[in-house]
Amino acid sequence: MALKFPIFMDAQSTTPCDPRVVEAMLPYFTEKFGHPASRNHPFGWEAEAAVDSARAKLARLIGARDPKELVFTSGGTESINLALKGVAEMYREKGNHIVTTVIEQRAGLDVCKRLERQGFTVTYVPVQPDGLVDAEEIRKAITDKTTLISVMFANNEVGTIQDIAAIGRLAKEKGILFHTDATQAFGKVPINVEAMGIDLLSATAHLIYGPKGVGALYVRRKAPRVRLVPLIDGGGHERGMRSGTLPVPLIVGFGKATEICAEVMAEEGARLGKLRDQLQDMILSNVEEAYLNGHPERRLPQNLNISFAYVEGESVLMGLNKETALSSGSACTSATLEPSYVIGALGASAELAHSSIRFSLHRFTTEEEVEFVGKRTIDVVKRLREMSPLYELAKEGVDLKSIHWKAE
Amino acid sequence: MAYSDKVVDHYNNPRNVGSFPKETPGLGTGLVGAPECGDVMKLQIKVNVDTGVIEDAKFKTFGCGSAIASSSLATEWLKGKTVDEAAKIKNTDIVNELKLPPVKIHCSVLAEDAIKAALADYREKQAAAPAAANSE
Repeated sequence: MALKFPIFMDAQSTTPCDPRVVEAMLPYFTEKFGHPASRNHPFGWEAEAAVDSARAKLARLIGARDPKELVFTSGGTESINLALKGVAEMYREKGNHIVTTVIEQRAGLDVCKRLERQGFTVTYVPVQPDGLVDAEEIRKAITDKTTLISVMFANNEVGTIQDIAAIGRLAKEKGILFHTDATQAFGKVPINVEAMGIDLLSATAHLIYGPKGVGALYVRRKAPRVRLVPLIDGGGHERGMRSGTLPVPLIVGFGKATEICAEVMAEEGARLGKLRDQLQDMILSNVEEAYLNGHPERRLPQNLNISFAYVEGESVLMGLNKETALSSGSACTSATLEPSYVIGALGASAELAHSSIRFSLHRFTTEEEVEFVGKRTIDVVKRLREMSPLYELAKEGVDLKSIHWKAE
Repeated sequence: MAYSDKVVDHYNNPRNVGSFPKETPGLGTGLVGAPECGDVMKLQIKVNVDTGVIEDAKFKTFGCGSAIASSSLATEWLKGKTVDEAAKIKNTDIVNELKLPPVKIHCSVLAEDAIKAALADYREKQAAAPAAANSE
């Protein structure tokens, strides 16, 4: 099959809509345009039925007891905001302490920083070099003022999958609520909120071949019943937790995307995991001093994150970007001008954080694409090393740490 | 962020990549930046010690495309200039030539630093070996 350029291998930033998802959504823009809260005519009934059906599909995928436990939002960021701020405020009388990790995505960390400014205390638990959080570290961080533990299910950069069930058990044992940011894991790996002791779970549609602009928050209703202070007041939609007219077409798309993921998860995960391993082997066996970031086994099947010593990440992307879309932990590709805090948190040097490249595969990735991207990456890294003063010094046997660098 | 055509051209066809042998007469080497900052430039000049004219220049850079382009451009500009003229190259000249966006201005600053460091190294070496510098 002929390759079509550019190749998209940045599927942990977003994914294309599955054509079946778009098809399911279309009627809800035109003929089925009703407001699901219109209780007195068929337009409303039709819209409400569509939303309920989508809600049930989401509930089924994560093993929720009741579809009502799912609240639709505008996306992962809003879900995380609602979970953290909503719980923190609702249970403020009980305590003002939150335990989270250093590798949460920006939304999680930024909400915690805001809560800190509002008088809450937050403990950011470190991770091990493989990206895993030790549940014992979380246990140590818990105080009698802790009301919430928030740990991401799978990391967006290195794909490491946490031992969510162990953290869930700990939360139950301590009587503390447990939120997981599952935006990267939902639809990709099996999740069961009952078996894993999850009280709140954030998900988004656009990472599972659904539309942008819609997400969901699972909020447990029984054992324990979780209550939240809403972020948005209004008509009392979504059990009062999230007011605002529901974006029915987006929700229908989210439901369809979820349904497809439920059907193909095992098969798709196996296929992408195999392709990912192929890409990894190809690169690691052809490039010296290329380091795998994150846990080698406990990770999302579509994720591969590698640091290439002596070359800077953005320059690698630049060598590929006419043909391939990837992402890097390099400062030059971030808005903050800091290298990846996730790679840094795994104990890698700042230099290797600047040198990290994330490959993320998706439903439409082909073996030909993987081969092409692997080959091109190897070529570009080799070319840039020939241009790198660090590589030259290392080849001469100079220990780069022995040089007194004059930082700007 | 889209790159300017000139940055892309220097990235794809970098001028004067490489290193001079350490014993090259009239050599000046500047090594600036730091790996943890994501930018390191090595810039070398080969000066005709009689005329003070830079006859050749080479670079190696660890950094983003704009850092590579800034140092590549610097080597182009250095060739044929006297050491005094070379000292007048400003980072803003590089910014204008490569149309660098604000977030990439530090790449041009680093290139200017590399030029200055190479010139300083050259002068230091000449001062340490006055016989060679003043030979006919």
